[in-house]
Amino acid sequence: MTTATPTSPYERLKEAIAKDLPAAVATVVRGAGIGNKLVILPDETVGTLGSPELDAQVVADARALLNDERSETRTYTIGEDERDVFIETFPPPPLLLIFGAVHVAQALTKFAKLLGFKVIVSDARSKLASRERFPEADEIIVAWPDETLETLKIEPNTYIAILTHDPKFDEPAILGSLKTRARYIGAVGSRRTNADRRERLRAAGVDEESLARVRGPIGLDIGASTPEEMAISILAEIIATRHGRTGGPLTQATGNIRARV
Amino acid sequence: MKDLLPEIESWRAAGDKVAIATVIKVEGSAPRPVGATMAVSSSGQLAGSVSGGCVEGAVFEEAQEVLKTGEPKLLRFGITDEMAWDVGLACGGTIEVFVEPLDGQTGSGEAQPKP
Repeated sequence: MTTATPTSPYERLKEAIAKDLPAAVATVVRGAGIGNKLVILPDETVGTLGSPELDAQVVADARALLNDERSETRTYTIGEDERDVFIETFPPPPLLLIFGAVHVAQALTKFAKLLGFKVIVSDARSKLASRERFPEADEIIVAWPDETLETLKIEPNTYIAILTHDPKFDEPAILGSLKTRARYIGAVGSRRTNADRRERLRAAGVDEESLARVRGPIGLDIGASTPEEMAISILAEIIATRHGRTGGPLTQATGNIRARV
Repeated sequence: MKDLLPEIESWRAAGDKVAIATVIKVEGSAPRPVGATMAVSSSGQLAGSVSGGCVEGAVFEEAQEVLKTGEPKLLRFGITDEMAWDVGLACGGTIEVFVEPLDGQTGSGEAQPKP
């Protein structure tokens, strides 16, 4: 076995990534001290780029880039020296929270794991919410939606898919989700189901602004009919939301193809 | 780099040295975005990618050199039309790739000793 010192930048970065902590690593890629590294963790930094002034500027920029989930090379001028520093960010994985351990949820869990999401599946029905049915899920919570939401910390990088098809589960899940800062809330159901649901939510005192946060019918319009196709349709909408896009063929788009260049 | 950690760890466990190549800048359109990573081991294994396959061969050679010298390197790949059939990017962009030994703080002598 090789013996890297436990405080080496790589080891510390690896540790942070394993714990899903937001981390960044800055490397001098051009100019004095090429190869020098600074690892930026939530409460500390490890290493140095060669100048305390440069370190301070880079730490501030790295925290901003982490919020934007972007990596970038920037040029810094310290005294006479110009240096390019590549700041690579490792934002914690986005969370997909699925209410309803139904057939679509199984495909959704599989595909979302491939895309790097952390996946939590919740359903009050223990027959459905089982490890056998969801081998890839990071966590399975057998509970009612409001109980589940109470136990979780929902950050803005959370995406919620409500798939139960049953108002007694769906509606508490929607009401609870609207109290969080989740980036995406989608609810399964036909146009008719969704219209009726909206009426009931309005009657329960939900304002229009909150109602507009709920995507229902859930997913992008790709003609999905099998559970797997529906999972792709839902994930496509989640990816588009994550990158501030609406979905649609690239042949009709004019902007940058990639969100991150 | 995150998705390459399993490979990197298994190579290191086998006593190999590892070099990391990362896309640090993209101009125009390029097949892989900033942050795309390729890892290369001293015994010649390769994981990940920095382009759609056009420059991996060249980066692999440079990475072997970096593992020998311990010195990081900044590479730039781009093409003009005449060069399109040489080493280059088919879609016409320019990329900069930084190649470095893993855990080798330059000059700090921290490079991994062979067991």
